[in-house]
Parts: sequence; structure tokens; C-alpha cells
Amino acid sequence: MLQTKDLTIRFGGHVAVNAVSCSFAPGTLTAIVGPNGAGKTTYFNLISGQLKASGGSVLLGGRDISSLGVSARTRAGLGRAFQLTNLFPNLTVLENIRLAVQATRSGRHRRGLNLWSIWSDYKALLRRAEEILNTVAMQDRADAIVASLPHGDQRKLEVALLIALEPQVFMFDEPTAGMSVDEAPVILNLIRDLKNDKRKTILLVEHKMDVVRELADRIIVLHNGELVADGDPAEVIASRVVQEAYLGASAQDASEPSDGPAAGGPAAAQQGSTA
Amino acid sequence: MNSENLLTLSGVHTHIGAYHILHGVDLAVPKGQVTLLLGRNGAGKSTTLRTIMGLWRASSGKLHFAGEDITALSTPEIASRNIAYVPENMGIFSDLTVRENMLLAARSAASERQMDPARLQWIFGLFPAVEKFWNHPAGKLSGGQKQMLAVARAIVEPRELLIVDEPSKGLAPAIINNMIEAFAELKRTGVTILLVEQNIRFAQKLGDSVAVMDNGVVVHSGSMAALSGDAALQKSLLGLAI
Repeated sequence: MLQTKDLTIRFGGHVAVNAVSCSFAPGTLTAIVGPNGAGKTTYFNLISGQLKASGGSVLLGGRDISSLGVSARTRAGLGRAFQLTNLFPNLTVLENIRLAVQATRSGRHRRGLNLWSIWSDYKALLRRAEEILNTVAMQDRADAIVASLPHGDQRKLEVALLIALEPQVFMFDEPTAGMSVDEAPVILNLIRDLKNDKRKTILLVEHKMDVVRELADRIIVLHNGELVADGDPAEVIASRVVQEAYLGASAQDASEPSDGPAAGGPAAAQQGSTA
Repeated sequence: MNSENLLTLSGVHTHIGAYHILHGVDLAVPKGQVTLLLGRNGAGKSTTLRTIMGLWRASSGKLHFAGEDITALSTPEIASRNIAYVPENMGIFSDLTVRENMLLAARSAASERQMDPARLQWIFGLFPAVEKFWNHPAGKLSGGQKQMLAVARAIVEPRELLIVDEPSKGLAPAIINNMIEAFAELKRTGVTILLVEQNIRFAQKLGDSVAVMDNGVVVHSGSMAALSGDAALQKSLLGLAI
């Protein structure tokens, strides 16, 4: 169980996350939605330790981890995709995954300096890395240098690294952003598979409502740094706060452009200037 | 569609270091229309946009804008042909305020007072974060707000061609609607628009013509309406029906 209690951060006079208390149970995928700038990524940063809270606490399995740094929280079981910043750009895809597997296992499998055990460990690491490579469908990219990969493949690799860390809590921040329509399903299927493991807690920041509808067991809504709605996906999506603050006034017709020129728009301005 | 083309690429090849990315791109961007560049990751869409802007040099082939050969021009020279470009990484100046970012893009304005107030109000209506954080460092904005600023900056003045790499990325649905409205409005004023976009509904709402890329070449071009109505074509080009 992951919990935040009155979690708060202020930047100068601006309260970016304001006393957010919330519990996330294993076996549940919670989608976090809200307008741009609502504090979603900041809330993630507070949970994963990228940012130090001004107040409140983060608990994992009942243990207060608020004073821990990012790496200690990762070792405690919080797994977060870091939006490309934790990839080694000059190593290959397979090397990146192998390093993540190695980082996870080195503590558990250390057996002293024995050449044979180092070799067999290495083979086991490599096997696990290849397994993960297959899971994310990147077998054909194993030897590609990460810097040369297109954006979407780098995002897939991030998820692979996350899986390699074997965390209790998976935190995804717009995992399919920048991915093409035929590639996004690969990531979504991965998340769906993770959901089958009922020991895992999954948090997902996502703007694509079809993805949220399909994957979320629960939705929480952040608005101006505050938790303003929490509950069953269908109810939360239908709620007034989501319809108005998030989906916009013309929510029903998701992306219907208006017919007439917007008041004050350049077309209007142009007409004005020629009159 | 018998309109003239504002921008054409003919047989464009681009190398990035040891990698051969574009393998002879032929692309026509009709004047006054919205053209969508689609295709999977790694197909060469962003590289095509960067090559248009001279950020990667075409190793062979020709690029023409408004009848002029721009193949050998530098990026500033290309931009000065009245072209606005929003790159994939948005290119926000984090240490500058939102206002300073906007002012830098307003080429004809030396100060805030010289910026077109009606146009600014229009932009503020579309992207409230730009107004709200006007005097804040742009680096403090959230990812989605930076995306709003990047597009706001590109449309701060009228341009002949607007090129945006994934306008809807990271944006809440309400803001995506505003962005669609903004591009539709710009098109009404005669702006030609070239977009790379993965959000297929966004693409369908706005697109007049479409080009689909795969492995560094354009494998299909035509009208968006024709692609929207042809599930088999979608499946063969995009990997699934939309």
C-alpha cells in the first residue's frame, strides 16, 4: 500500500500540490487526471523523491519514506519511468536493460569474488535482459545505440528498465506520448499485463481518455494542486469538475472545431483592419 | 485539390552521422491547406521537418518554398521566409520568462507594447497558462504548459507556413480542442500548416491532405478524407484501422 498524507509543496507563494491525502492499494490501477499544470507530475515527483515536500508524508507499506532520496525510494520498491533522463544514450538497448537488471540483482545475488559465479550471474543477467527485451517487443533493436532510436522506442526502453527494476509500485507519466497509433498498444498491453499481477500498485498520469477508460480501476482528479475527485472511472468522468475543468465546455463533442472565427482571432482582426 | 504547392521536397535524402534517415522524400504541401505527416516512430517525420528548416542538411534532392530553391539556405534564412517551426523538444528558453519567449518570436516587435494586442488576447484565450505565467520563468511551466507556450510562440505573428511537430502531445483534452480551433482559425486567414501528429482524431479533424511515411520515404499521399474513409488503406499504412 502506497499512501500520501497531506502531501504539500510550495514554490515561493505558489502551492503546486496542496495537502493531498490518498491511498493506492495493490492490484489497483489509478489514473491521475487534471488540466495541464494541475500538479500531476509534481505529485509524482513528490512520491518518487525528485522533489522534497514542504509538508506531509509518503508511506510505502506503512513505512514513512519521506526522508529518503530517489535511489533509496527506488530500492524500497517505487518504480518510475523518468522520461528518458535515465537512459544511457551511448550504450545499446540490451546493455541498458542489462544494467538495470544488474542494479536490481547485485544486492541479492552477491556471492563474493568467484569467477564462475560472476560468469553464471552474467549469463543469468543477460537471459533476464533478453526476456525483458522480448516483453517490450524490441528484439530487433537489441544492438541499436539508444541515442539513434526514435522517440517512441526510447519510451519503450524506459518501460523495459522499469520492469527490470521489479518494483512494487509502477508510476507511469504519459507512457504513450509521442508514440504512433500502432505502437501505443504495445505499451498499453504491457501495462495491462502488469495489472494481472495483483501485488502491483500502478499509478498512471494520462490525458488520453480512451486509455484511462480502458485501464483505470479508479480515477483521481487534481486541479490547482488539490485532490478534487476520487472514485469509480465512469462516475468521475461524468462529474462536473472533470467535464468543466478538464474536458472543456464542448466535452461531449471532444474535438469539434467551432465553425465561426473565434472572437478576437486573426481572421476577425484582419477583417477589422481592412474595413 | 488543384491548388498550388507552397512547399515541395523532391528526392530528399538526409544523413545524420552514419545513419541514412531519409531515402528520397517526395512531399508537396498545398498552399492554404493543413497537411498531416503520419507514420510510425522512426519513419523519418521529424527528420523531414528538421530538413525543411535546414537543421539537418539534405545530402541530395531539392526543397522549394514559394517557388524559391531553399535547399542550400541556412536555418535563419529559411525561417525569414516567414516560416514558424515548433520542434519536437519545444525549444523553450527556460531561463527567460514566458513574456520574453513570446517577445523573441515576435520578430516585428521590439517590446511588449509593439505586440498585436488583439492577437495576444486571442492566444491568451486559447492557452490560459501563457497569460497566467506571463512574467514567470518558462522553465517553471509543466510539460503541457510548455507545449502551449511553444505553439503560442509560433503563432504570435502571422506566418505563411506553420510547421508543428506533435502539437497535441501532453495536452489535456480541453486544450487540444483549443489547439484545433486555433489551427482552423489560422487556416481561415490563409496560413499553410504542416503537422506531424500521432493523435489520429486530431489529424482527422484538421487534415486536408495527408502524407504517410515509412522507412524514410513518403509511401502514400492524398486527401485526409480519402484515408479516413478507407479502413483497408489505414490498416496497410498505419498498422491499424482508425
